[in-house]
This record gives sequence, structure tokens and C-alpha cells, in this order.
Amino acid sequence: MKKLLVILDKEFRQIFRNPSILRMVLFMPVVQLLIFPFAANYEVKNVLLTVVDHDHSSYSKKFINKISGSKYFKLTGYEPSYSKAMKSIESGTADLIIEIPKDFEKELVKENKSTMLIAVNAVNGVKANLGGVYAASIIRDFNAEIRTDWIQVPTFNAQPTIEVTSSNWYNPLLDYKIFMVPAILVTLLTLIGSIMAALNIVHEKEIGTIEQINVSPITKLQFILGKLIPFWIMGLVTLTLGLLISWLVYDIVPVGSLTLIYLFGVVFLFTVLGVGLLISTFAETQTQATFVSFFVIMLFMLLGGLYTPIESMPDWAKLITKINPVAYFIEVIRMIILKGSSFTDVKIQFFSVLGLGILFNVWAVFNYRKRS
Amino acid sequence: MKQFFIFVKKEFFHIFRDRKSLLIIFLIPILQIILFGFALTNEIKNSNIAVLDNSKDETTLSIIQKLNASRYFKVYANLKTQADIETVFKSGKVRMVVVFPPNFKQSLLQSNKAQIQLLADASDPNTATTITQYATNIINDFQQEMNGQSKIPYQVQPQIRMLYNPQLKGAYNFVPGVMTMILILIAAMMTSVAIVREKEINTMEVILVSPLKPILFIVSKAIPYIFLSLVNLLTILIVSVTILDVPINGNIFLLMVESLLFIITSVSLGLLISNFTKTQQEAQMFSLMSLLLPTLLLGGFMFPIESMPWPLQVVSNIVPSKWFYIIVKDVMIKGLGFSQIWKETLVLVGMSLVLLFISFKKFKIRLS
Amino acid sequence: MNEIVIEAKDLSKLFGDFTAVNKISFQVKKGEIFGFLGANGAGKTTAMRMLCGLSIPSSGNATVAGFDVYRQTEHIKQNIGYMSQKFSLYEDLTVKENIRFYAGIYGMNKVAIKEKMNSLLEQLKMSEEQNNLVKSLPLGWKQKLAFSVAILHEPKIVFLDEPTGGVDPVTRREFWNLIYEAAEKGITIFVTTHYMDEAEYCNRVSIMVDGVIEALDTPSNLKKSFNAASMDDVFLQLARGAKRLAD
Repeated sequence: MKKLLVILDKEFRQIFRNPSILRMVLFMPVVQLLIFPFAANYEVKNVLLTVVDHDHSSYSKKFINKISGSKYFKLTGYEPSYSKAMKSIESGTADLIIEIPKDFEKELVKENKSTMLIAVNAVNGVKANLGGVYAASIIRDFNAEIRTDWIQVPTFNAQPTIEVTSSNWYNPLLDYKIFMVPAILVTLLTLIGSIMAALNIVHEKEIGTIEQINVSPITKLQFILGKLIPFWIMGLVTLTLGLLISWLVYDIVPVGSLTLIYLFGVVFLFTVLGVGLLISTFAETQTQATFVSFFVIMLFMLLGGLYTPIESMPDWAKLITKINPVAYFIEVIRMIILKGSSFTDVKIQFFSVLGLGILFNVWAVFNYRKRS
Repeated sequence: MKQFFIFVKKEFFHIFRDRKSLLIIFLIPILQIILFGFALTNEIKNSNIAVLDNSKDETTLSIIQKLNASRYFKVYANLKTQADIETVFKSGKVRMVVVFPPNFKQSLLQSNKAQIQLLADASDPNTATTITQYATNIINDFQQEMNGQSKIPYQVQPQIRMLYNPQLKGAYNFVPGVMTMILILIAAMMTSVAIVREKEINTMEVILVSPLKPILFIVSKAIPYIFLSLVNLLTILIVSVTILDVPINGNIFLLMVESLLFIITSVSLGLLISNFTKTQQEAQMFSLMSLLLPTLLLGGFMFPIESMPWPLQVVSNIVPSKWFYIIVKDVMIKGLGFSQIWKETLVLVGMSLVLLFISFKKFKIRLS
Repeated sequence: MNEIVIEAKDLSKLFGDFTAVNKISFQVKKGEIFGFLGANGAGKTTAMRMLCGLSIPSSGNATVAGFDVYRQTEHIKQNIGYMSQKFSLYEDLTVKENIRFYAGIYGMNKVAIKEKMNSLLEQLKMSEEQNNLVKSLPLGWKQKLAFSVAILHEPKIVFLDEPTGGVDPVTRREFWNLIYEAAEKGITIFVTTHYMDEAEYCNRVSIMVDGVIEALDTPSNLKKSFNAASMDDVFLQLARGAKRLAD
């Protein structure tokens, strides 16, 4: 125990003397939390729209007015033909083409129905999805407007209608930041926990001080704890800093229990540090450690529901999620902050992360051999 | 000139001797592309929903069945009371609750009107919006079917066509993105580390004292990594085309040339970074932080640049990845030619020149 | 003092089909300054690592301070000191902090640490620099400090792996003075080096060539048997037959 304190004393001194580490722990969270949520804005607005109107009727014009007036779309072009409109898709000045056919209004009056073509640049899936969805809903509104214009009310009411109302819970303003900020916090902790811990140990390997340690009577456990604890504490400091910033800058106040967030944070850090330690036992140079950490973290983050929904992934990818601590924490922190979920709601995730933590750390201790 | 080749050879030795690193540099991009290509998709499907059916009549059951049958939804639970709604949302198990009032069918038949409530968990606003829309569509379809022949008149029915990516495959968007990220990260980081390593182990002086011109020294450092990145690029392309079915609709040669340009830009960035860092650790950290984050965030493949506040949009213009991503998408997926991407190409050329110029100047200053 | 503190019998280490150390046998007595000489690549460092518990032998036996190198490495570590080619002091810690750290991990208590630290600083004339980062010390001082730190906990044996690399002759002599003082206190010194003139400072010397001990005796005896004027000469005669080139 005493020896552990001696080791911790040294580790902390080294950390505080290292300007780049301090910069990372304090500076990075601030920068990331201030910039990332603004950048990571998935609200789709200003979808660039080019219209091709072959009809030039009052109703086609009415529709064009309606859609260009919506906040989702920005009319950037008005072309005489589809092929000309395609050029704007190619050059990127349009994301969507709406082509109104000739005789649009006539067909509508005569046949009671008409059609129009929406061509979406589907390379970017989200924009395509949402762009299409918004366009469809504007068309539906337009439909309703036509009907009210043309049809006498009584006849219309002969049709039974299902009225669909919707409401948004927990994030009524549909603020994308509330969704992203907690997740960004988790990615910060992941970066600090795994990359830094891994680099630290490999650095010792590279400069040779690790041999001095190997030859001394320090046990494997003491050595690893000596590396774990300082970064654990720094991770918690970052978490606190992050929560403060979320509160001050974004007005995000957790609906659920702060204690629960910290409790989960402690276990989560334990796990990602374990990942970092494990990587360091395999890597010989810092370059290797950096690359492998980078890869593992990207994997955890992108497959962890940070950015694309887990439900949409193929089954084998969902399996990976089960051993992905980042996925669990992202899910849980959103639940606690936005919905006020309690321990019972998250206990499965809690024990999963704990289990993973034990697995990684024990593996790291076994792997760390003092001799070859 | 001969000295130059000797230096280039030496660099290659450094790289190839470190087998583990080499393996990692090649394996990781491949693994990433495969994993992300298959797993990442923006399509929203299989969302779990819960139903609070206060009617439990034929109509409501039919609607529920229709929802369940669609690939967008899975009915996860049937709730019993209003209070259950909060509980099920808190448990995080469903994204939406569909509420039917009592006597649904009756209301529909007698007063021609009935209401369905869609309560969405808007923690994820985009998903909430999308699935609300999907559910509304499905319910409207049901309505159509129910009303049979007497269709609602005066309808505009849109036809939707998905361009370039009819199946909405995530890979079409992600592969160019991951490609960009990997190229810039590896090219820049490895180059900067290679140069700084000489500083660290003090062989720099030895080299500077040799009769090799400084410019050639720098170029000799860059060449192996340019070569390495090209090989990386090839492997990525092969994997994307064969395993992920991502097409190369445009001219492959054009793609390779543009990629070479981007690699040179990245390597120039690496050179610049090496001027400011003293240890390998610093070089790596700096590269990672200054390249990874901007590329990821402001590169345009994760988050649409147009949705960002304009200061960020301006900043994104100095991120080389943004320009290359556009080029890759245009050439690979849209199949466009040089005439459409000359602007972006010019930007990259300009950036490379500026970066190289600054690096050389700084390097020369250090020498004197 | 005739107690044997290191004993090796047919100790070998193989890496694949490359035999780095080939059945070496020797004994080291308490308080001896035992030089382990050889060209680069002869197998010195590998042999030493086995004795320190850093590497498991492929075959053969050895005991260090009475403990077995296969099964009792942790006991060995508690009873030895070590100083490697790279010096292994933390450059970003001060002199005092380095002393406190290493003393601490060998289990010394606060009082003992304070005492020893003060006398060490005085002896090395580093009292003024105690709060400076090791990074700022000149090479020779770092070496002397590293050695003193290695014997701070009064181990039975101290292993020195090429400790005087890159240092001027004056500092080297000062360093060897420290070694003599330690030996007088009963600490056994096991030192590897490829500086043949340092061989003269040792009580006994073994010379390894191609993984085998080709000679083991006092320097004067060796010079006599090889008809050599200096240890350099002895070594050159032996090394001429060497097949293994340095890495």
C-alpha cells in the first residue's frame, strides 16, 4: 500500500509537469464541447432545391412558393429541363430536384390526381431521407390546401379520416444539441481514458524506465494501479468540467441523478482505462499504441450509436455493441440526462460495463509481464 | 542526386523494419472500411415502438399489425395504462408510443373522425421526426386502403427517385469519408513523426552536416509515406469495390491522381507539424488532435456543413479533407469528370504549395 | 568474505535457433567487483538479464543471493540493485524526487530515506541541485546519481549494464570510486562493459565470446596467461576468433 502511494506520487508529479497532458485534459474538453455540438448539427435545413416547372400554371407556382418558403428548403435554381437541373446536382448546388410535369393543374382538375417527381441526391443518406420526408410532408399539406379550396365541406366529411397527432417527449424543441452533448462528453472520457493511458505506458517502455521498474520488487498489480488511478481521477475531473460546461453553455441540466452519472462514469473510466492498458501491453512503440488506440476508439464511437442508430445495424454489428462500453455509456447518459432514468433502468448496462472492465483490466495485468 | 536516393532508401528501411507498425497501418484502414461500410447506415429501421391500445377493436389491431409488418417498426410492448408510457420511455426500450383512444372503430364509423396519438422520444430529434413521419405515412396508407375505391380526390402523389444511391446504402457516403480520414491521418502523422524522430534521437545533426540539400532531405522523408499512402489507397479501393459493392463510376485514373494530390497535401501538413513539435509523442498528439477532429467534424461526411453556424462553415474551408471528400464523392459515386472538380483540385494544389513553402522556410531558419 | 552470492551452472538462453548464451558457469563472491566483459553481441546483456530475473533461462541453473532464477525472481528483485545503459532516472523528476521514488519502491521507510538521501547528496556534492530536474544535469552526474540510487536500499548485489558509456575519463574514474566504496561496504558489483581498461578495476573478470565464457580470472593472471601488456590485448587475442559480429 505504501509502495502504491510512492508510485502515485511520482505519476502525479510527472503528469502535472507534462504540459501536453494537461492541455489535453483541460483544454480539449472545453474546445470540443464548445465547437463539436455546433458542428455536429444534424438538423437538416437549407436543403438546396432546384425546381423544373413544365406547367407554369397557377397551382404549380403556388406549390413552388410554398416549398421555397419552408425553412427546410432553399430554392437555388429554376431550370427549364431535368437534364439542366441534374447539372446543379452534379456541381453540388442542389440536393433535390422537383420536376412538375406538363398539365399538372389540368390533370389535377380532370383526373383528381396528379404527380410530380422528387429526385434526391442520395449519397448522403440522412439528407436524402429527411429531405424526402420534408418534401413529402409539404406535398401532403399542399394536398390538404387544395382540397379545402375546391371541395365543399359536407361531401368531404363523408370520408372517415384518421387524424394523427404527434408530440415530442423529452426534447420538445427538437434541439439536436441536447442529443449530442452528452454523447460528446462520453467520447471525451473515452479519448482520455484509453489513448492517454496507453501512450503513457508505452512511453516508459520506449525510454527504458520500465526496465528499472521491472527489476524492482513492485508487483504487477501495483504498477498497473499506479497507472490507472491518476488517469481515473483526471477522467472524473474532465467529466465534471464537461457537465459544468453543458450546464453553463447549453442549459443542459440532468433530469436524473447526478450521482448515478458519476457512478457510471467511474465504472466506465475503469473500463476504457483497461482498454488503454491492454493496448499498451501489446504495443512496443508509441506509434503503434497511437494507431491501435485510434482504431479501437473509432470503432467504439462510430459503432456505439454516437452518430448512426444501433437498431439499423446488421445483426453482427449489434453483437459488437454488446462488448462496447462506449455504446452503453452513450445510451445511459442520454437516458439519465434527458429522461431521468434511474438505476433500475440502467442496471443491465451498468453490470455489462463493469464486467467488461474487469475483463480488460485482468487481461492487461496478466499480459504485463515483467520478463520475457 | 545519388545521395538523395540513399536517403530515400534509408527511409524505406526504417519503415519496413518496423513490421508491427506496418501491419497496423495497412490492416486498420481495411478493417475500418469493412466494418463501417457494413454497419453504418443512416436508414432508420427496426425501431422499437410500444402501443397503448385503449380500444382493442378490429381497426386498431389492423393498424398495429400494419405498423409491425413494416420494416421500420417492431412492436416491442403493449402497454396497459397511461403511466406505463413514462416507464417504458425511461427504460429506453422504445422510441415511440402509439396511443389509441377507446372506441376507436366506433368513432370512426359514427362521427367519421378518430384520433391516433404518436408520442415520440425526441432524445434523438432526427430519428423522432423521421419515425413520426413514417408512422403517419403508414397510417395514411391504411386509411386509403380502408376507404377503398373512394379515394381522396385531388391528390398530388409524388414519385421519389433516389439518385446515385438508390438503395440508400450507407457505404456510399461513408467510404469516401473514411478514405479521406485515413489518408490524411496516416500520411500527415507518419511523416511528422518520422522527421521528429530524427530530432529526438539526434541524428538530425548528422544529416544536416551531410552534403545533402535540405529540400532534398525533406523530400526524401516524404516519398516513402506518399508511396505507403498510395498503397493504402489501393487496398481501400479494392476492398470497397469488391466487398462493399461501392462503385467507381468515374475515371479511376482521375481518382488516383486526385488522391495523390491529397496525399501530397497531407504529407505537407505533416512536414509543417514536424516543425513545431519536439518529441514524437507531441507530434502524434498534435497530429491527432489537429487533424482528426476537424476532419471528422468539418469534413462534411458526418455532419452536413450547411447546417453549421457560418463561422464553422468558413473554418471548414481551410480543412483540406473537406475538399477532397467532395472530389472523391464526385468522381467515385457521381461519376463526374475533371471539368466539374477543377475548383476543388485547385484549392488542394494551392494548399499544398502554401504548406510546403512555409515548411521549407521554417526549416531553413532553423538551420541558420 | 567467501560467501558465494551468484552461482551459475551451464546457464543458456536460446532465441529460436540462435544461442545467445551457451552454457556459462561461474561463481561470484560477496564484495567482489566482478567484470563481465565481451564485445557487443557476445551475450553479456542477455546473461545479466537472466540473473536479474528479467529473462527466463532456456536451460541450466543459477542462484542470485541464494534465490533461484526460475522460481524466485521476486525475491531476487528485492535484494538487488540495477542500473541500465539508459540510466533509467526520470528526466522529468527532480533529483530528490527520483531518490524518494526509488527508495520508496524498495520499501525503505521515511526516516531511512531522509537520512540516506542527505548523505548521498553530500557525498555526490549535489545538495544544491537536489530540486533540479534530472534532465538538466550533465551526463556524468546523471550516471553517478543513477548508481547511488541503485544502491540506496543497500542491496546484496548491484548489476550495472554498461554504466559508463559516453562519459569522459575523469568522470569515469570518479564513478569507479563510487563502485569501490560500495564494494567495501560489502555490496557485490556485477558490471558489464566493453571498455577493456575498466577491466583493470575489477577483482575478477570473465570474457564472453560468441555466447561462451572464454576466460575467467583476475586481470593480472589473464595478462600473464595471454602474454599481454593490457586487458585490451587479452581481449583482442580472444576476440579474433569471434564469429559473431556486433549488431
